[in-house]
Amino acid sequence: MRVTSLAGVIALGLVATVFALASSIAPAQTPADAALDARLKRLELTLRCLVCQNQTLADSDAPLAADLRREIRELAQGGKSDDDIRGFLTSRYGDFVLYDPPVQRNTFVLWFGPFALLVAGAAIWWRMGRRRARESQAADDGAAAARGRSLLES
Amino acid sequence: MIPELGHFALVVALLVALVQASVPMWGAARNDMALMAVARPAAMLTAALVAFAFGCLAYAFVTSDFSVLNVAEHSYSTLPTRYKFAATWGSHEGSLLLWVLMLSGWACAVAIASRNLPEAFAARVLAVMGFIAAGFLMFLLFTSNPFARLLPAALEGSDLNPLLQDPGMVVHPPMLYMGYVGFSVAFAFAIAALIGGRLDASWARWSRPWTTLAWCFLTIGIALGSAWAYYTLGWGGWWFWDPVENASFMPWLVGTALIHSLAVTEKRGTFRSWTVLLAIVAFSLSLLGTFLVRSGVLTSVHAFATDPARGVYVLAFLVVVVGGSLALFAWRAGAVGGGASFAPLSRESMLLANNILLVVAMASVLLGTLYPLILDTFDAGKISVGPPYFQAVFVPAMAPLVFLMGLGPVAAWRKAELPALWIRVRWAFGVALVTALLLPLTLGSYRPLVAFALFLALWVATSTVAMVVQRLRGAPQRGLAAKLRANSAAWYGMLVAHVGIAVFIVGVTMVRSYEVERDVRMDIDQAVRVGDYDFTFRGVVPAPGPNYKALVGTIDVSRNGRLVRTLHPQKRVFDASGQTMTEAAIATRIRGDLYVSLGEPVAENGAWGVRVYIKPFVDWIWVGAFIMALGGFIAIGDRRYRIAVKARVAALAARAAA
Amino acid sequence: MKSAWRWSLPFLVFAALAVFLYTGLFRDPREVPSPLIGKPAPAFALRDLHEPGRTFGTTDMRGQVWLLNVWASWCESCRIEHPLLVDLARQKIVPIVGLDYKDKDDLGKKWLADRGNPYSVSIVDGDGRVGIDWGVYGVPETFVVDKEGIIRYKQIGPVNADVLAKTIVPLVRRLQQS
Repeated sequence: MRVTSLAGVIALGLVATVFALASSIAPAQTPADAALDARLKRLELTLRCLVCQNQTLADSDAPLAADLRREIRELAQGGKSDDDIRGFLTSRYGDFVLYDPPVQRNTFVLWFGPFALLVAGAAIWWRMGRRRARESQAADDGAAAARGRSLLES
Repeated sequence: MIPELGHFALVVALLVALVQASVPMWGAARNDMALMAVARPAAMLTAALVAFAFGCLAYAFVTSDFSVLNVAEHSYSTLPTRYKFAATWGSHEGSLLLWVLMLSGWACAVAIASRNLPEAFAARVLAVMGFIAAGFLMFLLFTSNPFARLLPAALEGSDLNPLLQDPGMVVHPPMLYMGYVGFSVAFAFAIAALIGGRLDASWARWSRPWTTLAWCFLTIGIALGSAWAYYTLGWGGWWFWDPVENASFMPWLVGTALIHSLAVTEKRGTFRSWTVLLAIVAFSLSLLGTFLVRSGVLTSVHAFATDPARGVYVLAFLVVVVGGSLALFAWRAGAVGGGASFAPLSRESMLLANNILLVVAMASVLLGTLYPLILDTFDAGKISVGPPYFQAVFVPAMAPLVFLMGLGPVAAWRKAELPALWIRVRWAFGVALVTALLLPLTLGSYRPLVAFALFLALWVATSTVAMVVQRLRGAPQRGLAAKLRANSAAWYGMLVAHVGIAVFIVGVTMVRSYEVERDVRMDIDQAVRVGDYDFTFRGVVPAPGPNYKALVGTIDVSRNGRLVRTLHPQKRVFDASGQTMTEAAIATRIRGDLYVSLGEPVAENGAWGVRVYIKPFVDWIWVGAFIMALGGFIAIGDRRYRIAVKARVAALAARAAA
Repeated sequence: MKSAWRWSLPFLVFAALAVFLYTGLFRDPREVPSPLIGKPAPAFALRDLHEPGRTFGTTDMRGQVWLLNVWASWCESCRIEHPLLVDLARQKIVPIVGLDYKDKDDLGKKWLADRGNPYSVSIVDGDGRVGIDWGVYGVPETFVVDKEGIIRYKQIGPVNADVLAKTIVPLVRRLQQS
C-alpha cells in the first residue's frame, strides 16, 4: 500500500515536470501567431500521442506530446509544410502517429470499404424495391389475406 | 462474512441460471407445462441472488472493507460516499457484476411482464437470457471474482482512478449497461422465435417496447458519457471515436435500425428475417463491446486492466452465443419468408433505406475500429484510425438518412405517389432550404457545409411540424384536444425522437464550425479576448478537498466591459495516487458554453497556461440526445402495449379472484 | 443453394471476425514497430554525463556493434531492467551506450552510482530532441546498431532475460561476425 508521504513526493515530482514543460506553452500572441496556432491545432488534431495512445497530440498533456508540439512548431516556423511535418513524424514513429491514415496499399480496404458498402447497400435497396414491386401486383390479394390471417392468430 | 455471502449468492445464482437456461427450453421442446413454468421463478430468483451479491459488494465498498482486494484496489477511506458506491462498478470485476445485475434484472422484468405471451415462447425467451446470465456468472466466478480477499487487509485503499471520481461515474455506467444489456431481450425474443418458428406481427409487437426501452437507456448512457468526457477531460471534446465509444455506438446504430424495422414487421409483416438478424446483431455488438473493453486487443481510455485469460473466455462465450445464434439464423431464416410486397416509393422502401444506411454506418465504424487489429494480424503495418477517418465515412452515410427522415413518416405504406408526397412536404422543404441558406450569413463566415447541415436539421424539424399540422387538419374529430388524442403515442414518440435528431445536428454543426479555442499563457490580471468575451485571469489559490488538494483558478468573464460570469476551473492532485486531474469550469447558456480549464503553471510569478474555449450550441448535442430518448419513452407508453398490460392485470385479477 | 449461402453470410463474417479477435489477443496494441529498423541510426553529438566537456556521437561507434539504452532516473520500469544491463555489461559482450533522457544530471549520476553503471559511455538528452529523432516514446527503449551504423533491432519497454538471451545477444553475435 502506498504511504501518503510517497504521494507527496510524487506530487512534487509532478509539479517539477510541469515547470519543465511550461516552456512549450505559447506566450501571449500576435495575429500571425494566432494563424500559426490555428494551423498547428488543426494538424495536431490529426496526430496521435504515442504515450497516451488514445489522445490526439493537441489534447495530450503527456511530456512527449509537449516535446513533439514544440518540435512541430519549430518546423512550421522554419517554413515546413504540414506534409513535411507529417513526414518528419512518420519517419520516426511510423504511420501509427497519423490518426488520418494515408491512402496506400494497406489502407485501401479501410478507405474504400465503407463506400463499397454504401454502393452495395444502394444496389440491394434497388433490387429489393424492384422485386417487391413485381410481386406487388401479383401477390396483392394473397398478401392481404395472409396478413389478415396472421392478425387473427395473434 | 458479508463478502463471502455475496460470493456464495453468485454461486447459487449460477446454478439457478443454469436451471433457467435448460429446464424451460427442454420443457418448450416437449411441450411440458410444468417444466416451462420453472422459467419465471428461476429468472426472478437469479435476479434476486445477483442483486443480493451486488448489494454485498456495494456494502463492502461503502464501508471501506479493505480486506476485499477489489475494494482495496479501487477505493479510499476519504472518498465521498457516492463515489465509494460508484466504485462498486469501478473495476473490471465490479462492472461485470453490474452487467450481470442488469441482465438478470431485464430477465426478471420479462418474467413479470410476459404473462400474456404464449407459454412456450416465454419459456424460451427466459431460457436464452438464463444462458447468457450463466455464461457471465461463470466468467465472474472463474476469472474475475469481485469478492476475493486480501490477507492481511490493507490499511488504506489505493483509491478509485481520479478520472472516475465524478457524478458521471454514478450515472453513466448503469445507464449504458441498462441499454447495452437491454438488447438481450430483443435478442432472446429473436432466438426464441427462430427456435419456435414463430416470426409474425405479434412477435414484433412484443419485441418493440423492450427494444425501444433498451435503446432509450443506451441513448441516455452514451449522451451522459459524452457530456462527462466533455467537462472532465479538460479539452472540451465530446466524442473521440475511441474504440470503446464505438463499441457502445455500434449497438446504438443497429438498435436504431431495429426499432424501425420492427415497426415494418409489426405493421406490414415484411422484413421479418432481416429484423431477426438485426436483433441478433444488436446484442452481438454489445457482447463484442464487452470483449473489446476487457481483452486489451485495442488500446482505449476505457480499457480495464487486461488479462489474456479473460479475453479468451469472453471470446469463447462470444463464439458460442453469437456464432450459435447466427448459425441458427442461417438454418431457420430461409423458411421465414419475405412478407408483403411494396413499391419502390413507399414507406417500407424508405425504411429499408434507413436500415441499410444505418447498417452501412455501423459496418464502417466496425471496420475503422478493428482495422488496426486486422492489419496487425497480417503483419501489414501498424496504423491508427481516428476521428478524421470516422467523420469522413460516417457523414456520407448519415446525410441521406437524415434527409429521408423528413420523407419517410409522410410517405404512404405499400405505395406512395411522388406528386402527393411533394405536395405534403413542399412547404417544409422550402422553408428549411431558404432558412438554411440564409442563416449562416448571420454567423460570421459563410460555409456551404454549415448551410447543408443546418438544412438537414431544419428539414427534419419543419417536415415534422408539417406532418403534425396535416394530420390534425385531416382528423375527423372535433376540437384540438380530440384531434390530438386521435393519434397514437408511438407516433408522437417518433416525432419527438426525430426532433431530437434535428437538435443534435444543430449542436454538432455549430460547435464544429464555430468553436473558438485558445491555449494561452496568462499572467495575473492579464486578459485575453476570445470571440466577444474578455477573460481575465485572477490567479490560482490552493483549496482543500476530501481526498485531494485542489488548485482553484479564478477567471472573470466580461463582455463589453460588463462582468458576465466568474469561473473557477480546478486542478486536483489526489492524495492516494498523486495523479492530477483537470476540472474545467463551464458557463452554460442556450447559445453555448464558455469553457475554461487550467493548463500548467508557467512561471513562479503565478502565471498559468489556460485553455479558453467558446463552444456555441454545444449543449444541444446532449439535449438532442435526451429528446431522442424522451421520444422513445413516449412511444413505449403507446396504448397498444398498455392494452397488453391491462389484459395481463385483468388476467391476474381473475386468477386471484378464482 | 444460393439462398442458403445468403443466410449464412452473417455467420461467415462473424467467423472471420472471431479469428482476427483471437489472434489479436496475443498481440500488444501498444507496441509500435520502429520505422527506423534497417535505417541508419540518426546522428547525434551529445554531452557526456560524467565529463560535461566531452561530447559523444554516433560516429564514435562506427565499426562496432553497440546498444543504445534510453533510460532516466524518473523511469519506474528502468529499475526492472537495470540489473540485467549491469549483468550484460559485466560479460563484455557488447558496449552499451546509455542515453539519459530528459533527466537532471545529478539525479542520473546518483542513480548510476547507486545501482551500478553498465554503460561504456553515458550521454545526456536534456530536452528530448535526440529521443524524438530516434522515435523514442516509452522509456526504457533499447536499440541494437550494427558496424555500419544501421539500426537492427528495437526493444520497447524494459528488456527481460528472455529477450536478452533469445534475441538481443544472438543478434549482436551475428552482427559482430559479419
